[in-house]
Amino acid sequence: MTDHSDQPSHFAFDATSEAEIATILAKYPSGKQASGVIPLLYVVQKQMGRLTGSAWVPRVAMDVVAETLGMAPIRVYEVATFYLMFNTAPIGKFHLQVCTTTPCWLRGSDEVVAACRKVTGIKGWKETSEDGLFTMTEVECLGACVNAPLIQVNDDNYEDLDFDSTVALLESLRRGEIPPRGPVNGRQTSAPEGGPTTLTTLNFAKTE
Amino acid sequence: MKVTVDGIEVDVPPGSNVLQACEAAGKEVPRFCYHERLSVAGNCRMCLVEIEKAPPKPFASCAYPAAEGMVVHTDTPMVKKARRGVMEFLLINHPLDCPICDQGGECDLQDQSMGYGGDSSRYEENKRAVKDKYLGPLVKTVMTRCIHCTRCIRFSTEIAGVSEMGATARGESMEVGTYVEKALTSELSGNLIDICPVGALTSKPYAFTARPWELTKTDSVDVLDAVGAAIRVDARGPEVLRVLPRLNEDVNEEWLADKSRFAIDGLRRRRLDSCWVRVDGKLRKASWNEAFAAIAAKIRATTGERIGAVAGELADGESMLALKDLMAGLGSANLDCRQHGEAVAVGRRDFYTFNTSIAGIEEADAILLVGTNPRHEAPLINARIRKRTLAGPVAVAGIGTKCDLTYPVQWLGEGPAALSALGTFGEALAKAKRPMIIVGQGALRRPDGAAVLAACWKLASETGMLTPDWHGFNVLHTAASRVGALDLGFLPEPGGKDLAGMMGGGVDVLWLLGADEFDMGRIGAGTFVVYQGHHGDAGAARADVILPGAAYTEKTGTYVNTEGRVQRTRLATFPPGEAREDWKILRAFSAGFTPLPYDTIEALRARLEQVNPVFARLDLLPRFGCSDHSGPGGEGGLGDAPFAPVIANYYQTDPISRASPTMAECTTTYIAPLAQAAE
Repeated sequence: MTDHSDQPSHFAFDATSEAEIATILAKYPSGKQASGVIPLLYVVQKQMGRLTGSAWVPRVAMDVVAETLGMAPIRVYEVATFYLMFNTAPIGKFHLQVCTTTPCWLRGSDEVVAACRKVTGIKGWKETSEDGLFTMTEVECLGACVNAPLIQVNDDNYEDLDFDSTVALLESLRRGEIPPRGPVNGRQTSAPEGGPTTLTTLNFAKTE
Repeated sequence: MKVTVDGIEVDVPPGSNVLQACEAAGKEVPRFCYHERLSVAGNCRMCLVEIEKAPPKPFASCAYPAAEGMVVHTDTPMVKKARRGVMEFLLINHPLDCPICDQGGECDLQDQSMGYGGDSSRYEENKRAVKDKYLGPLVKTVMTRCIHCTRCIRFSTEIAGVSEMGATARGESMEVGTYVEKALTSELSGNLIDICPVGALTSKPYAFTARPWELTKTDSVDVLDAVGAAIRVDARGPEVLRVLPRLNEDVNEEWLADKSRFAIDGLRRRRLDSCWVRVDGKLRKASWNEAFAAIAAKIRATTGERIGAVAGELADGESMLALKDLMAGLGSANLDCRQHGEAVAVGRRDFYTFNTSIAGIEEADAILLVGTNPRHEAPLINARIRKRTLAGPVAVAGIGTKCDLTYPVQWLGEGPAALSALGTFGEALAKAKRPMIIVGQGALRRPDGAAVLAACWKLASETGMLTPDWHGFNVLHTAASRVGALDLGFLPEPGGKDLAGMMGGGVDVLWLLGADEFDMGRIGAGTFVVYQGHHGDAGAARADVILPGAAYTEKTGTYVNTEGRVQRTRLATFPPGEAREDWKILRAFSAGFTPLPYDTIEALRARLEQVNPVFARLDLLPRFGCSDHSGPGGEGGLGDAPFAPVIANYYQTDPISRASPTMAECTTTYIAPLAQAAE
C-alpha cells in the first residue's frame, strides 16, 4: 500500500501551521479534538506544498496528526486515504484536477484533457510530468458545471476552458505566471457571456 | 416487546434488533458483518428481511431496531431475491479458490452461497486482486478473499483494544489491513481467524494442514494460563493440529488467548517418550522397570524426611493427589507447589481464589490491580476488564510496573507503599458499590508476600469490597495447577520443608512433577532428582531418572482455574511412545512401597472429593459474598521494593510453549525488539 521510497523519515509542523492548528482545535470541545482530523490533514498538505513544492500528506505526517489529536494512527490513515483530496504520494507543483463528469464532458472536457496531455507530456492519470511541474488527476464533479469544462489547479478553478485556452493556461503556469482564477474567457463569474440576456429592458435607476 | 416473525410471536427485550428477534423465533438469518459481541456495522447487507407497514424495501435486520408489534418476514420472495442479489455482489470479487482455501468446509460465505448463490456467474469483467497483508506470525492473510465485513477491524478495536486494523481507501480500492506493515500487537489476535467469515484471515501455523472434516474434535480445557478457557482440541491421528475456543460465557465467552491457541505445536516437540536413567553422568534410555528400580533403590537408601516433591504448573489434580499420597506413604512431609516461593494463605478458600468470578468483573465499578499485568498473565481476564471499561464509567487503578493494558489505568505507585496512599482512587473506591481488588503473583512472589496479601485483604475489608452479596477480593494465578494444588493441600505438611528448604541438599530424593520453572542450579549436587513430565525442559535436564508423562491433551485431568472452578481436560490423542498418564505412573511406582488405594480414575476422583469436596462440583461455580472479614494472617512488615512483573515473555511461560516453534517466532517478532529497545 505504502510506497516507502518517497516517504520522508520525519515531519513536524512549522510555526505557520502551528498557528493554524491552534485556531482549528479551538473550535472543538475538549475531548472531541479528533474531529479536527480533516482540517489538520489539509494543514499538512499545505505545509508540504509551501516547503517542498509538492502538496501531499506523507505517512509520518499522518502519525504526527494522530499524536496531535490523540487518536490511533490507523484512524488517520483511514481518513487520509478515503478522501481523494489528500494526496498520499508526492505530486507536481501544479495539481491539474480535470473534471470529466457528464456536464464537463458534454462541454468538451475531452479537449481539455487532450490539451493537458499535449503540454505536459503525461500519458496516464495520477502521473507527474518529467519536469515535476504537473500531475494530472481525473476528478468527479467539482461543482462548477455552469462554467464547464474546468480544471482545478491546486486550490483554484480555471473555468470555461477549451483546447487553446488550456494550452495557454498551462504554458503560463510553466513560465511561473499564475493567471487570475475563474473563467478564462473574460466572463464575469457565471454571468451570461457577452453581458446580460434577460431583464434588459428594466431600468433599475432610481426614478423620481 | 412482542414481535412476530413469520407468524411466530416472540418476546424480545427492549433494545433488541430485528435479527435478534428472528433468532428468538428460531429463524436463521444469514449474515457476515453482524457479530453479537461487536458493534453493529450493517455493511454486508446479507441479513435482509421484510417488515410489514414499513417502506416497501428490504431491511438490514442487524441494524434495524425491533419495535412493539412489528411483523417481520424472513421467507418472502422479496427477501430471497434481495439476499440472492447481495450474494451475487459479494461474489463479484471473491475468488473461486475454495479448493485451496483453508476456510473451506467451515466458511460462512461457502455455506450461505449454497442457500443464496446463483448456479453461475453473470459477471464477465476482471476480478479485483488485493495484495496480502502482513499481520504477524499468527494470522495469515489472503486479502483478495476479503468481503469487507470489518469484523476484524471492530474486534481489534473493541475487544482486543489495539486500534491497528482499519479500512483504507474507498470503493473498489478499499482494503482492510494495518496500512503500515506491522504485526498486530495483541494477545488475542488468533480470534481474528475465528471471526473472519471467509478465508481472508486464517491461521498461519495451520495453513494447508487439514480439512475440518478430517479432524477428531474433543472438548477440553486450556491449561496454559490459570483462566481455564473452554477449548476444542482438533486432532488427526496422533497429532493435535489446532485448538479453538468453545463458548463458555462464565470464563472465556468465545475468545481464546494466542498462547493457548498456537502453542500446541510444542506438543509434538521435545517430548519425553521413554524412561531415561542417568548412568555415569549421562542419561540413557531405560525401561519402566529399570527406571522404577533406580528410584526405589535411592528411596530405600534414605528416610522419609529426606524425600521431597514439587508439583509443576501444568500438573493435574489427580496426579498431584497421587504424588501427595505416595509421599505420605513414604513418610515425607516435604511438598510444595510454589516454584517461586509465592505467599499463600490456605486458611480459607477465598484467600487464594478469584472470588468475584470472571463474569463478575462486568458488575464491578472500581478495580484495583496489585502487582499484576493481566494482559500477559490472563489475556481473557484483561479482555473482561476492558469490556467493563467500555460498558460504562469504572475506575481502574494499578499498583506495580506501568504497562499498556488496552484501557486507561490510573497508576498509583510501584510498591506496597501505594496500598495505603490511594489518592483520588480512594475517593472512587469509597463511592463504589461493587469494588474489587486483583492481587497478582507479582505481589506475592516476594519475601513480604504474606504481608502484602494481608494488607490487600485489609484494604478490601475496609473499602467495602467484602459484603454478604459481593466478594471483591481476588487472587490472580498464572499456573493452571495452582488452585487445585492448594485445594488438595500440596504444601509442606507440619514439620515439612518447602521448596527453598528442599534446595541445596535439603533432601536426598526430589520428585519433580512437571516442575521446570525454578532454577535447577539451586538443587544440591547430591540430590537424586526424579522428573516426571512430558517435555525435555529444565527439570528433565537436571534429572537422574525421567518418567515420561502425558500432556493436557493426552489425559483426562482435573484442573481448577483461578476462580476455583473445577474443570476437566479430555483425552484427544494418546501420549507418545512409552509415556503414560501421570497418576498411573505414580500408582505403578507405589506398588513397590505402600500401594496407593486406587486402581481406576474413578476411585482416584472419589479420593479427590474425599480430600476436598470442592472437586465434586464440576464446571459450575456459584457466586458468593463474604461475611467473615477476618483476613489471612500476614506476619512481618511491608517491604518497599516495587512489584516486579512475573511474565517477561508472554509467549514462552511453560514447557509446551517453550517447545513451540510458533511461540519462538512470536518471541522473535514481539519480545526481541522490546529487549533490544531496552538495551
